[in-house]
Amino acid sequence: MDWSWLTGRLSADYLPQDPVTIGAAVGMPLAILAVLVAITYFKKWGYIWNEWVTTLDAKKIGIMYMGIALLMLARGGADALMLRAQTALEPLGIELFDTQTFQEVFTAHGSIMIFFVAMGAMFGLINIALPLLLGTRDVAYPFLNSVSFWLFFAGMVIINSSLVFGGFSNGGWLGYPPLTGLEYNPGPGVDYWIWALQISGIGSLLSGINFTVTILKHRAPGMTLMKMPIFAWSVLVAMVLVMLAFPVLTATLGMLALDRVAGMHFFTSDGGGNPMMYINLIWAWGHPEVYILILPAFGIFSEVVATFARKRLFGYATMVAALIGIMFLSFVVWQHHFFTMGAGANVNAFFGIMTMIIAIPTGVKLFNWIFTMYKGSIRFTAPMIWFMCFAVTFTIGGVSGVLMAVPALDFQVHNTMFLVAHFHNVIIGGVVFGYFAGIYYWWPKVFGFTLHDGIGKLAAYAWQVGFVLAFIPLYILGLMGAVRRLDSYDDPTWQPLFIVSGIGVGVIALGFALMVIGMAYSVWKRKELADTTGDPWDGRTLEWSVPSPAPFYNFAITPRVSHRDEWWERKKAGLKVPTRSDYKDIELPKNSALGVYIAVAAGLIGIGFIWHIWWLAIVALIAVVVFVIKRTFDDDTEYTISADTLYKLDKEARA
Amino acid sequence: MTSHAAHIKEKAANATLGFWLYLMTDIMIFASLFATFVILRDGTNGGPSGQELFNLEFVMAETFLLLVSSFTCGLAYLAIKHGQKRRTLVLLGTTITLGIGFLSLELYEFGELYLAGHDWTHSAFLSAFFTLVGTHGLHILIGIIWAIALGDYISKRGTTPDAVRKFSLFALFWHFLDLVWIFIFTVVYLLGAIS
Repeated sequence: MDWSWLTGRLSADYLPQDPVTIGAAVGMPLAILAVLVAITYFKKWGYIWNEWVTTLDAKKIGIMYMGIALLMLARGGADALMLRAQTALEPLGIELFDTQTFQEVFTAHGSIMIFFVAMGAMFGLINIALPLLLGTRDVAYPFLNSVSFWLFFAGMVIINSSLVFGGFSNGGWLGYPPLTGLEYNPGPGVDYWIWALQISGIGSLLSGINFTVTILKHRAPGMTLMKMPIFAWSVLVAMVLVMLAFPVLTATLGMLALDRVAGMHFFTSDGGGNPMMYINLIWAWGHPEVYILILPAFGIFSEVVATFARKRLFGYATMVAALIGIMFLSFVVWQHHFFTMGAGANVNAFFGIMTMIIAIPTGVKLFNWIFTMYKGSIRFTAPMIWFMCFAVTFTIGGVSGVLMAVPALDFQVHNTMFLVAHFHNVIIGGVVFGYFAGIYYWWPKVFGFTLHDGIGKLAAYAWQVGFVLAFIPLYILGLMGAVRRLDSYDDPTWQPLFIVSGIGVGVIALGFALMVIGMAYSVWKRKELADTTGDPWDGRTLEWSVPSPAPFYNFAITPRVSHRDEWWERKKAGLKVPTRSDYKDIELPKNSALGVYIAVAAGLIGIGFIWHIWWLAIVALIAVVVFVIKRTFDDDTEYTISADTLYKLDKEARA
Repeated sequence: MTSHAAHIKEKAANATLGFWLYLMTDIMIFASLFATFVILRDGTNGGPSGQELFNLEFVMAETFLLLVSSFTCGLAYLAIKHGQKRRTLVLLGTTITLGIGFLSLELYEFGELYLAGHDWTHSAFLSAFFTLVGTHGLHILIGIIWAIALGDYISKRGTTPDAVRKFSLFALFWHFLDLVWIFIFTVVYLLGAIS
């Protein structure tokens, strides 16, 4: 009997074959099973469901984002270790992977790092910090926020489950066709990649709308746009980029999926299709995407530097102008990713010049931070060390970027290790260091105790040293012509540099381990490290005006803002103790499980398309429609906390 | 105004701004599809071009249905703002009917092309055509489902401020689809017929 209508193309052929993958494919479900058993044993299901899964509290959603991002950082980092171990050991005759597996590993590394580490950490930090910085109780659409997170989660589950069943895509993190077309990649790997990105990408798109409205409509009274903390500005610009860029990703992945599922000819090499159209479209999303990731990191550094230099940020207005400048420029540079396409000298010159111009607003920012530090009384805490490492590393990465903006030079280093070194230079040195600074900076606000500063600094140094060892050799190799994404190189003189690079990745792994150890140690010593004042860094902005950990209602009394560094100015003027009559009734969103349900159904649509189980896709699609309608026409979504209760809660929290 | 009423009003303003922003993101999706269509329209793979396939009178009828539905949707919005429940429901019903009419014509057109052997697997041009026009059609389908749910809500709860707010978002969506169709009519059908 033919069961293919029920199970699509699922078959035992897609079970993993090589030992490394089998190990991972057995280990991962076992680890998940262990966690589930532990939850059941400690009877924590109710707590997890009520306090976390169905929560609409932005801070908790932020914590969940961060948790997933750190977990995925370990996964993507393991991939990185495997890649560099292969290129370091291969000349010695030790072959760790075959070519197919190597390709899957670098695809997994890139996809997971960008979509599930960087994006996850970005949305995590925004969720945690943004409402507090704006002096508001929540985001504009708390329910949509939950949907976004769970769509991200569903995407994460899909991309990781390909490890167990079906294999990862081997098409690189951007999945260029025709390699990712049906003709060269008939298996489910590419489909996993498409649907994981599609589902989490729609979540990101919804978050973009959510945070934009939050910033435009939910600021504390008196906080004009030019009185917002610069982090809020950076998020606003990044979210506008999300709204403009992510739909392009949605459409592009949709067309690639149609090529694969419906036999269309958008990006095929036959039938009149045009693969370069895909590459243009994906970079029309992809280039803004790197600014989406880096701008909030710039925002974090702006807060960190001002706080730890104990000075107001230098050049606030130019900072805003620079952000907006980058926002526009980021949409007119995408073609620099493929100067070699053959668009002609004039087109290449235009995009090359536009790319170089971006260095100007970025340079403005760097000088602003340096001038903020100038004559400040600087405290070299862990977040500040991350900033110092960033300032040096990111500048080197920026300079190598300007080099590659010259089309003539780019023809030499296109698709080599030089490029790999460049973008890791800006992404690790910029995005990752920035988010780590944010983690160390806002940790006490979330958990009520600071992270151990000494271990934190040690981790930063390990990352910095590891980074230099891992990527400076790649610049040299790239200049010498080492093409990227190869598992084996013929020239034996390159081997020492690959070994240095491999050691560097090891040092970075040590840095990550130090971060995790630091977190564990701080949890253990949380009594000694407790933040009793709510303001451990002598901060400048409103998040430090509430107790730590921040209460679920954020602000018992809606703050009135009259300064850019509101909390700093208030402290200078002398704090007033609020009286009972200052408290008003507030309304907060009720928990809702529909966000999870929508995401589960969306995930099942993805599974249906990946395995060609059409009935599942249809049923799940109908379920999504039903859930959305149910929520849209539900008017009972909030509850009230009376002024009396609020007064009592606030008194307890401040005691 | 009590703080509760202010809270409701603020939520309504947020919803409207957010929906405008969503429409902007949808424009970006259509922009990507339009760009792809324009690039791939000559990729006919030896098959027929738009000039040979499109029937402008038929598309004119589709356009007419959709434009009139936009008009009735506008009238329905006026009615619900004036608290005329029955009138709102009748006009919303008309809008839905016209929308279904449009969708039926579109499906008929697709079916004809399919049966004549000009389906989406034959050329990049046909892939881009079916995807662009089909994505618009999918939006119309979503709009119809939304309108039915909205009609159900209004018939149960009446023309409350919440209902007016929900209707205003639907009206934005429906007019937006009209606008997209004008571009499809121009770029796909008119330019296709003359080139």
